[in-house]
Amino acid sequence: MATSITNNTKSKDLVVFNIVGYFIVTLFALTCILPFIILVSASFTSEHAILNYGFQLFPKEFSTSAYQMLFKFPMDIIRAYEVSIFITVFGTVCGLFIVSMTAYVISRKDFLFRNQLTYYFYFITLFNGGLVATYIIMIRYYHLKDNLVSLILPFLVNVFYLIIMRSFMTSIPESLGESAKIDGAGDFKIFIKIILPMSKPALATIGLFIALDYWNDWYNAMLYITNYKQYPLQYLLYNMLSTQDALSRISAVSNVNITNMPLQSLKMAMAVIATGPILLVYPFVQKYFIKGITVGAVKG
Amino acid sequence: MGIRNSFLHEIKKNRTLWIMALPAIIIVFLIGYVPISGIVLAFKNYNYTQGIFGSPWSGFDNFKFFFLSGTGLLVTKNTIFYNLLDLITSQVMAITIAIVFSEMTVKYYKKIAQSIIFLPYFISWIIVGAFVYNLFDYQKGALNSFLKLLNMDPINLYQISWAWIIIICAFNAWKWVGYTSVIYLAAIAGVDVQCFEAAALDGANVFQKIWYVTLPGIKNTIIIIFLLNVGRILRGDFQMFYQIVGNNGQLFNTTDVIDTYVFRSLINSGDIGMAAAASFYQSFLCFVIIMVVNAIIKKVDKDSALF
Repeated sequence: MATSITNNTKSKDLVVFNIVGYFIVTLFALTCILPFIILVSASFTSEHAILNYGFQLFPKEFSTSAYQMLFKFPMDIIRAYEVSIFITVFGTVCGLFIVSMTAYVISRKDFLFRNQLTYYFYFITLFNGGLVATYIIMIRYYHLKDNLVSLILPFLVNVFYLIIMRSFMTSIPESLGESAKIDGAGDFKIFIKIILPMSKPALATIGLFIALDYWNDWYNAMLYITNYKQYPLQYLLYNMLSTQDALSRISAVSNVNITNMPLQSLKMAMAVIATGPILLVYPFVQKYFIKGITVGAVKG
Repeated sequence: MGIRNSFLHEIKKNRTLWIMALPAIIIVFLIGYVPISGIVLAFKNYNYTQGIFGSPWSGFDNFKFFFLSGTGLLVTKNTIFYNLLDLITSQVMAITIAIVFSEMTVKYYKKIAQSIIFLPYFISWIIVGAFVYNLFDYQKGALNSFLKLLNMDPINLYQISWAWIIIICAFNAWKWVGYTSVIYLAAIAGVDVQCFEAAALDGANVFQKIWYVTLPGIKNTIIIIFLLNVGRILRGDFQMFYQIVGNNGQLFNTTDVIDTYVFRSLINSGDIGMAAAASFYQSFLCFVIIMVVNAIIKKVDKDSALF
């Protein structure tokens, strides 16, 4: 650590630095957390208080009616959770497997065309067909409209993760693979039995990054999914915040006139429910992300 | 003939490896390379029945309209402006925070603070859209509630176009500073400890140390991050702009970027030609910029180049 070298006398500039430094960080941290506080508070505020007093830091009139309504008629939310969980789990497992397998191939020094193949993958980050071409091709030629595959495909092979994985695998000593070959093992077997177990930390980190990409994705759903039964969670939230569709469905099912529903707090409660899992999981996975970025920064 | 033989020979020898790489090759081909053929849409008058390849050519008509209508220049200007502004502000803040963190001695505080500022990276932009609504809505926004509390008049931010420059910049920083500061923290940790020792021996105070040792030490990281972002100077963060600005047309003059324009043209107005032209223009220029920047860097400092 850099500071262990500096002397311990509290010279004036160090004090100034500390005051300014802690102040900046605290201020920034507070602004990071402020929006969340307002959001949660709003979800627990009565509709009446919101319409009259606006969104506040603390609920002026505490009320759980928004949550009660959502928990009473949760079909859309449960379905969206199912879709999101499915694409995240399936996509992450497949994506992680494909990326690590491909990374292994291009990390092998005896693979003659590894540079060309790497460039093949890298080029697509420099130049691609753009939104319009991709959209038309996916919908008209691949027929992936309202098909969950359209949500899974885009994140399966992330070239940046591929390159990070490759860096990691080149650090695995070749001798391990070579001695396995002498014992008669094929490349795939070497990958499964030797490389994968040795790559656990990298797999965990990249896996988390891929999972986050899937979980937060709403853009692909907006492009390709029109059937509300196939909405992933974030897109359902977006739909609820910006249109009346989802809320109308709740109104229809609950037999409550839509004008009598606590619309504002419902939207807020929905946002909290959509983010809740991330916030719960965050403390546990945070260190993996930070570690991953740190290592990636050093190697990159 | 000799080359062809060795290629086939290579495939045969590493047959398994090629098969292992096949899924990724196919996926990238389907998702990445095939759509490149769709670039011709920029030069065509697309209609649904004839599809991409049957629709009639229209030359540069789409481009003409895109630029002559003023939209082209406007969205390009906005995209570049925001990218530069956001880049500079978020990098400066990230570096500052990373430096402060590296000098912090209270581990407990450091851990909590870092957790908090890293959190926004995790949150999808949809939630940010909800935040913007919570904060800036004219009747219900927290900002106006606060102003009313102080007996001041509420502000309708949606009528003040330039305010959104600040809002967008702020949210961009909010989302990325935590993430970027981790990168800089790693870079700072990589600076040779002896340099710090030498500075301490020379009697440097904290600010001098930062200016003369820390900052130069992470110069390479700053350059790389700068390079990576310059390559994306014409690509706006669609999710951010779309969630913060939404469909508020009166704000488009100051906040519309190429990506949001392309998206709206495609989805809302179904104007495939224009969207494709703008999209192609963007992809093409991005590519040229990256190549040029990389070539320049190669001339200056070979190791810093991307490829």
